[in-house]
Formats: sequence, C-alpha cells, structure tokens
Amino acid sequence: MYVIGERINGMFTDVKQALREKNAEVIKDLARRQMQAGASALDVNVGPAVRDDKGGMLWLVEVIRSVTDAAVAIDTAKWNVMSAVIPQVPGKKILNSSKADPEIASQYVGLAVEQGASLIGLTIDAQGVPGNVEGRVELGAQLITVAMEGGLELERLFIDPIILPVNVSPKNPLHCMQAIAQIKAFADPPPHLMLGLSNVSQRCRNRELINRTYLAMAMAQGMDAAIMDPLDTELMDAAITAELLLEKMIYCDSYLEAARQGQPGV
Amino acid sequence: MSSLPDVKEKWTGKVNTVVIGATPEEGGTRTSTVTIGGAETLPFLSFEGAVGRRPAIAAEVWDSGGEAWPEVLRQAYGEALSSPGEWAKKAVEFGVDLICLRLMGAHPDSGDRSPQQCAQTVKEVLAAVGVPLIIWGCGVDEKDNQILPAASAAAKGENCLMGTAREKNYRTIVAVCLADKHKLIAESPLDINIAKQVNILCSDAGFPVGDIVIFPTTGALGYGIEYVYSIQERGRLAALRGDKLLGQPVICDVGFEAWRAKEAKAPPFEGVTDETRPYWGVMWEAATALVLLQAGAELVVMRHPDAIQYVRKAVDRFMPADEEKS
Repeated sequence: MYVIGERINGMFTDVKQALREKNAEVIKDLARRQMQAGASALDVNVGPAVRDDKGGMLWLVEVIRSVTDAAVAIDTAKWNVMSAVIPQVPGKKILNSSKADPEIASQYVGLAVEQGASLIGLTIDAQGVPGNVEGRVELGAQLITVAMEGGLELERLFIDPIILPVNVSPKNPLHCMQAIAQIKAFADPPPHLMLGLSNVSQRCRNRELINRTYLAMAMAQGMDAAIMDPLDTELMDAAITAELLLEKMIYCDSYLEAARQGQPGV
Repeated sequence: MSSLPDVKEKWTGKVNTVVIGATPEEGGTRTSTVTIGGAETLPFLSFEGAVGRRPAIAAEVWDSGGEAWPEVLRQAYGEALSSPGEWAKKAVEFGVDLICLRLMGAHPDSGDRSPQQCAQTVKEVLAAVGVPLIIWGCGVDEKDNQILPAASAAAKGENCLMGTAREKNYRTIVAVCLADKHKLIAESPLDINIAKQVNILCSDAGFPVGDIVIFPTTGALGYGIEYVYSIQERGRLAALRGDKLLGQPVICDVGFEAWRAKEAKAPPFEGVTDETRPYWGVMWEAATALVLLQAGAELVVMRHPDAIQYVRKAVDRFMPADEEKS
C-alpha cells in the first residue's frame, strides 16, 4: 500500500499555526512521525493558512526535506502554484492534482515528465464529478490516454476517482469501488488507483471505523494507494491486514510487525 | 510492425548475500571465505537478471558416529570417518567449499558428548582445514543450548554459520552468534509462515536478518521433495517480490536426507543389479541436490564425493559464464 500521509495540511490547526509562525519543529515532527508510522510519501497542502501559497509551500517542502527524502505530493488546485513550486522541489515529487480534461491534463503530464515526477489525476472535468460509475471510468480512461501520449509511465500515474462523504452521497462509495476495479483493468501494468480516504467520513460519527472499513473494501477492488492518516494505527493495521488477505505478503504470526519492519520510513 | 511480448519477469526484491568464514585479515584463520546469495531472479535464469553467487557445497562431517554410515560412504572416506579432522581434510580433497560439522555425538541417545568435547572437536576441525565451517547442533533443544555456546566460543572470530534457531528455541543461539560474530541458520518445519516467523523472532532478539540463512527443512527425492520444492519456491518468489523477511539464502540438508532413503542404503531389490547398486545412493543424493538447487538453494550439505562432483559439474553448466562479475 502506497500511503501518502495527509497530516501536513493547513486545514489542521497545528499546521496552520506552524505556517503562520514559521515553526519548523511542528512540521518536522509531523513528517518524521508519519514516515515512522509507514507513510511512503507526504502530502503538502498550505490550505487557507497563508496568503502566499507558493512561499508557504516552498517553506514546507524545505522543512520536510531536512528530515526525509520521501516523495512529497504538492497539493494545490492552482496551476501557477504547481508550475512554480514543482521545479524547486528536490528529490521525489508528486503533482497533486490534475483534472481529466485533456487540455488541462496534458499540461500536468508535460510538467510531470519534464520534472521526473508522478501525477495524481482526478476523475473530474469541467462538468464536475460524474454521478455514475461510467462517467468516472471514462475520465479515468481519458487520463490514461493523455499520460501515454505525453510519455508518462503508468507506474507514475495515480488515478483518484474522488470519494465524497457517505452522509452526503450514499451511492458514491460503491461507485468509486466499481470505478477502481474497471479503470485498473484498462492497462497492464495498470496505473495506481487511489483515494483521499478521509473524505468518505467527513462530518460523520465513527470516522476512524468508516475510514478503515472502506479502505479494506476499496483495496479489495484494486486500490493500491491513498492519501490518509498514517498516525491512525488501526487504519494502518487494517491496510496491512487487507494486503495479507489479498496475498500481497506471506502470513506469519508477527505479520504486523513484519510489515512495519519493511516500511520505508523505518 | 509487431514485436514479441517481453516475457521476462521484473522483480523488485533480491536475496541477501551472506559471507561465511574469516581470513586472518578479518580476524579468523580461514584460508578462504564463501559468499552465497545475491540472486535477483529465479535460479539460473540469467537472461532475466543477476543470478547471484554460485551455489556452494558443504561436506557433512560428524563429531562421532560416522562409522555407522552406509557402506558406500564408508568406502569413500575409509578410516577418516573416526576422526573429524581427518574426515574434514578428506572432504576438502573432494573439492567442497565448506565443512558442515554436525555435533551428532552430543545427542543424548547417541553418545551425549559434553560441551567441552564438542568445543574440542570444533577446534580440531578448524585446525585441520582452511575452508569455512558450518556448525550444526544435535537437534535436541536443551542439549543444543549447552553445546552451541561452547562450540561457538571455540570458533570465535571464524565467522561460522551456526545452527539452528527454531521457533521455540532461538534465544541462546542468537545470543552466542551475536557475541562470537557468527552467521545463523533459522530452521522451520516445512512451513513458510514459520520460516518468516523465526526470522522476525531472531530479528526482534537483535540479530540482523541480513546475517541469516534459512533452513526450510529438506526432504529427499521420493520423500516429499515436491513439497519441499514448493515451499522453497514460494519463499523465493516472496523474496523477489520484496519480502525482506524471506530474502535470505537457503541451506538444504541434502546428504542427511538422501542417505536416509531406503533406495540409497537398502540391499538390492528386484530390477537392480549388483553392479549398479552402489550408485543408487550417489544418484539419489545428486538428484535431490539438483532439484533443490533449481528451487533456489544457495548452499547444499552433501556426503558422497561422486555426488558432490556431479553436482559441481552441473552447476558449472547452469551458471552464466560471467558469474564472477556479479
């Protein structure tokens, strides 16, 4: 499971405050803890904390790079921020994210190829998030086509079919799972399929339970990456156990410890 | 224009390399060392990737009790079977890479030799030959916990391969291997889950997984070899897919198992002439070794010089010409 740690996001109060006060220790601590907990990459989102998106992003990346070489996912919807920040990120990086409209996606694919980066593509276009499975699958196929035409290896493409909160859109979790399975079958080797997992439980009770149940269900359909909270130990244990049940690893009585030992952050 | 699809497997993991033995510069007294492992693809498939180091052959030597071995083996080693040092020398003349000293005489039912006697035998064999040593206990937990510390101390600094650590009995041997700087054999009873579990137990006890050699238990031709093969193959596939707790070289106890087979040692039976009879055990041993090398074994412990010779020549044919560069 490719876990992209979600915690360095200006939506969280600790990060928001750290951004405003330029308190590097808070960010370093979050980076270290997420990596030790098994994250493969770290999402970086300035959120509404500061006015200068680009400056805030570059400061966060610089602080993160002082403690880890892990891939950083530059999380912004603004092209001007993305195109300005990505060339200045040393090491492994992910563009988070592009929409599926061909003219937009090809711009992001071009930047990813030029910068040796990976790309997260959302199954959303000018019409918004499709209300059915077919629409998502179509946009997934569109993203794969643009990536292949632009020379981006599919191992470096992450497709996110966009999970909406279950209390707002009750059919959406099932749609996403079906879309994941279908998009996965389009290419061999397939692109990565991922979700911004925590979104499924926005403003719900039992958030952790919903997150980890859905994680296991989506993994069974072929999801192999997620932006999620690696500091939620039960969630991480559910991911490891789901991989065991999907025969991604060989069982032993200490399989949880064994999997944690093999984690990149350890 | 159409092109053939690429059928080569791409693997993300690899098998660790393990060095056995230490020369004077490295703090030991061995004249040679042996490195096993390093494969980045399935055995001998050099067209797919690095096949790693050449598999090594160890000759089995007992501290006592060799006189009771089958006639064909007694003929090969002669008088030397009653002296571990002479026995080891003779085996080295047969062209093996290491000596596997099995402390069989320490078994409570076969001599019950003391830790001091075992240590003495270790020193004797070390003095007799220059190749690296594998030191193997008698298989009885309580007794192994007494003799292995003594045997280990007697070979301190020689970077031996010591065995075996088992799921229910690993702490003592892990501690002595750490203290005396030896490599470790982790044993499991033909069970891939336990093979992984023993490795993580040893690792949690502070032993580096990179210094472990897996002993998945061996069975001879006609005595469960298909099962042994599939267990080894599953372990190797997991290793190549990136499971670091199964990414260790594998040792197989070929001679011990092959010469237990009734075909190897029983009197002639229907369809077997007296002329071919002596070679049955030899062929049984060679065939068992070759099958398990195909399953990924990096180190085979063997007995008969003709079987050893046969396997060595087969490995010569299987290994790519530029093996030494890997």
